[in-house]
Amino acid sequence: MIPAAFDYTAPESVSEALEALRSDAEEIKVLAGGQSLIPVLRLRLAAPTLLVDLGRISELHGITDEGDAIVIGAMTTHHDVATNPLVAEHAVLLTKAAETVADPQVRHRGTFGGALVHADPAGDMPAPALALGAEFVITGVDGERTVTAADFFQDLFTTAVGEDELLTKVRIPKHTSWSGHYEKFTRVAQQWSIVAVAAAVKADAGTISEAKVALTNMGSTPIRATAVEQALVGQPATAGAIKAAAAHADEGTNPLTDTNGDADYRRHLAKVLTRRAVVSAAGV
Amino acid sequence: MTQISINVDGVNYSDDVEPRTLLVHYLREQVGKTGTVIGCDTSNCGSCTVHLDGQSVKSCSVFAVQADGHEVTTIEGLAVDGQLHPMQQAFHENHALQCGYCTPGMIMQSIDLLNENPSPSEEEVRDGLEGNLCRCTGYQNIVKAVLSQAEGARTPSEAQGAQS
Repeated sequence: MIPAAFDYTAPESVSEALEALRSDAEEIKVLAGGQSLIPVLRLRLAAPTLLVDLGRISELHGITDEGDAIVIGAMTTHHDVATNPLVAEHAVLLTKAAETVADPQVRHRGTFGGALVHADPAGDMPAPALALGAEFVITGVDGERTVTAADFFQDLFTTAVGEDELLTKVRIPKHTSWSGHYEKFTRVAQQWSIVAVAAAVKADAGTISEAKVALTNMGSTPIRATAVEQALVGQPATAGAIKAAAAHADEGTNPLTDTNGDADYRRHLAKVLTRRAVVSAAGV
Repeated sequence: MTQISINVDGVNYSDDVEPRTLLVHYLREQVGKTGTVIGCDTSNCGSCTVHLDGQSVKSCSVFAVQADGHEVTTIEGLAVDGQLHPMQQAFHENHALQCGYCTPGMIMQSIDLLNENPSPSEEEVRDGLEGNLCRCTGYQNIVKAVLSQAEGARTPSEAQGAQS
């Protein structure tokens, strides 16, 4: 299948891209890695009149160490996130999650920023970003603004990024001595998550001192499992204690019913996968 | 129309394309590299896998304009002077194909897999081929072929035998 015709521009800087977004084209779409957008265009579920390709903007690529945070350029690919030593050292949960995105070919093209702005509730990067307290740097003609993860994900496929703005980079506070795991449930290869759980824990002498847990596909946006986090803190890192805490995983969630499973099944999965994610993260 | 310059299998091409032209259509219809096939047309099956600057991509999910200024290797660019690439030879020797339709993509992804992880476990091979579907379900011998090319899998005499 061939997409409907569109005009195409490939700016080489963020300011040129922002200018393109303010053109008078009828419908403008931003092209990042294209691994979600191109299939949508081919099915003609969208037919933009102008495509703004960010692929040639070098300032949007790469991962840097900025003191208490690592900063990931929006156009950094999933493959680069999954294999980057800075990410592995300071945000291993992101490494684990990026490794599970789709398949190797898609990870070579698909981007961290693209996946976040796409905000698919079954996408794998939003929940880990939420769990780790990511800060989203959004750039418009008036300059940069920074949005917290809680404010970034607004609804199904909807984020805080305005029509004439771009997500340019994401700041991830360092979680250097934390461990992490992303537990994803699918039925077949390269499937979207039916439910998945992102967990990062810090343990001191066998006791969980801090925990961050977020859920994929348990609502229209990623959801922080705060009841689980509170139940974990101060507990011994044992299978029994983790199972008890994981029983809170479906609190405050609003999962959908679809052909992959009904809402009650997803609530069950959330508890089981949370237990597995925390057990793996804590190395129990 | 947009003008693009792409190196395909070691040869430079300059062509005018519509921005909506998918890389796989450009490769097949304008460059003539019909060795790269279109399977599912929904970004799932991986049969159109090529290397873009040395990394595997699904060429049905890349626009030709995105490859402007870059290097593409297709299944047709692997053999040198009529000598099959070792991975092609391994697929041949292990009967790693039945109908053969998924084979171009399987071989391109298998080479990428070993580039990134030269000595994978069987599980890592299966994971690494997650984006490639074989509807004959001939996975067993495909995995065998890839493992036969893993670092340390071939004894020196076998390696010599494969060359002769």
